[in-house]
Amino acid sequence: MSAKADVLAFCQRYARNRAALVALGVLVAIVVVAIAGPHLLRQGGPFELAGPPFQPPFGRFALGTDMLGRDELVGLVYGARTSLVIGLVATLFATLLGVLLGGIAGYYGGGADEALMRLTEIFQTIPSFLFAILVVAILSPSIESVIIAIAVVSWPPMARLVRGEFRSLADREFVQACVSMGMSDLRVIALHILPNCLSSIIVTGSLLVATAILTESALSFLGLSDPNVMSWGFMVGAARDFLQRAWWLCAIPGVAILVTVLAINLVGDGLNDALNPRLRHL
Amino acid sequence: MQVARGRARYIGRRLVQAVPTILVIVTLNFLLVHLAPGNAADVLAGEAGSATPQYMAYLRHQFGLDQPLYVQYLDYLKNVVTLELGYSFREGMAVRDLILQRLGPTLLLMGTTIVLSIGVGILLGLVAAGRPNSLRDNAISTFALVAYATPLFWVGLMFILLFSIELRWLPTSGMTNIAAFYTGWRKVGDVARHLVLPALTLSLFYMALYVRLMRSSMLEQSGMDYVVTARSKGLTERAITWRHVLRNACLPVVTMAGVQVGNLLGGSVVVETVFGWPGIGLLAFRALFARDLNLLLGIFFVAACLVIAVNIIVDVIYSVLDPRIRLR
Repeated sequence: MSAKADVLAFCQRYARNRAALVALGVLVAIVVVAIAGPHLLRQGGPFELAGPPFQPPFGRFALGTDMLGRDELVGLVYGARTSLVIGLVATLFATLLGVLLGGIAGYYGGGADEALMRLTEIFQTIPSFLFAILVVAILSPSIESVIIAIAVVSWPPMARLVRGEFRSLADREFVQACVSMGMSDLRVIALHILPNCLSSIIVTGSLLVATAILTESALSFLGLSDPNVMSWGFMVGAARDFLQRAWWLCAIPGVAILVTVLAINLVGDGLNDALNPRLRHL
Repeated sequence: MQVARGRARYIGRRLVQAVPTILVIVTLNFLLVHLAPGNAADVLAGEAGSATPQYMAYLRHQFGLDQPLYVQYLDYLKNVVTLELGYSFREGMAVRDLILQRLGPTLLLMGTTIVLSIGVGILLGLVAAGRPNSLRDNAISTFALVAYATPLFWVGLMFILLFSIELRWLPTSGMTNIAAFYTGWRKVGDVARHLVLPALTLSLFYMALYVRLMRSSMLEQSGMDYVVTARSKGLTERAITWRHVLRNACLPVVTMAGVQVGNLLGGSVVVETVFGWPGIGLLAFRALFARDLNLLLGIFFVAACLVIAVNIIVDVIYSVLDPRIRLR
């Protein structure tokens, strides 16, 4: 009963942010294209040579062909899949790592807290994109290595957030009561602390997905992407030398990245407004 | 005198605190090389086949790969700390000299970007917060939102397309006009013309970040008690904003600017690659392209040290801005 009302109130609060509502629509469309697109295009995949090179958009090919004659639209559709999968999986790993380290630091405090926060600080100091480049270059470019690299550089903000939330919750009376009742640490954390900071984790996580997609695109622009997987950054990087001759080959995938990242950021803002109504500020 | 001595002692303490950070970075480098599949020498030499047997022997010797692991680690640590970063056969130069040679252009690009992004970010944030939810606030906030989501490399390419190829206002790449042998002020002007697009590209994202931060920080500060006090004293709104609110509202921006230095270096890899700017970032891209991982490791180490140094400088600036903060 109250759960239903909660969901309804949540949706109402979310819908009040009109930009977030539009962004949600755009994001759903991108997800649908990423899932269904490759099945609808009866093609041999994004690397297939579909026609003559450098066909301009709006001809036989809706978005033209690239310098090797690959269909730009097909590349775009497969690229959506790559961006979303890498963004989501890398964020998932980063979140798990951040919740684990931040949770231990925040719940237990003391020496563990000091050591873990020092480590987090160090990871925030090091030039993270350079480190990601190094990880992918050494492990050799593949979907897995890109995901590992992005996860390894993006957990610190999550760890700091979770640590802060855990710290303030651990001192609250209801948690103290659980502890004095003899409940195990794991149960206290899983049943009483974690649910209370889930909304902050979700909001931060959604913004991490956007950053992860930007990082992935920059890595693949530099040539650090799985050679068997099409990605938007790779498309821009490959077309870079032909900027003067066929500028749209660079422009179109870039717009795709921009729209996707913008949509995710706006949805994140909307979630923030809807999940933390009291924290809303101008 | 007292203040100066306190500051010197603070800087000394910060340098000591930086030691564990550097240790972690060196350890990360070492682990990466040894966790990678295959022999460490193969990994460092990149795609096998192109590396000569002499080079492989050199690498094996430099990293002491026939020694036990902890000896290798201690040796590596000693080498790195004394800036003995090895030799790049691809570039035909010692890694340390290669990096030092290219530090200047990167520092110029970073410095310009920091000044530009903080300056414009604070100004636009101030303007936007002046009248919340007005037309100009919405325009500035939308700009910040879009710039925050735009990939740097794409902005750079679009700038080249517009300002270099179509309008022919600015050069497409490099740091100087090689054919022109300028000297004196004309050389400075030439470098400045080449600097415009890379600095603008790199600034855009951080500008967006600082605009958003400055705007919310201004709005937060304007509700504080000291503003009410100032207003009840009969100060004009202009005086309150400029003399009281601005200074406090800038603090989060300066903090964030310090945090972002590491990311700025990462961004400069992309921007220098797009614009052919001859700094550390372009060197990293070339190392990547040639699979010269030893050079890449060296660049990462030096970049991390640079970030630590800049962070100490930022903290000292912070204490000048806000006398309440004591350097401890």
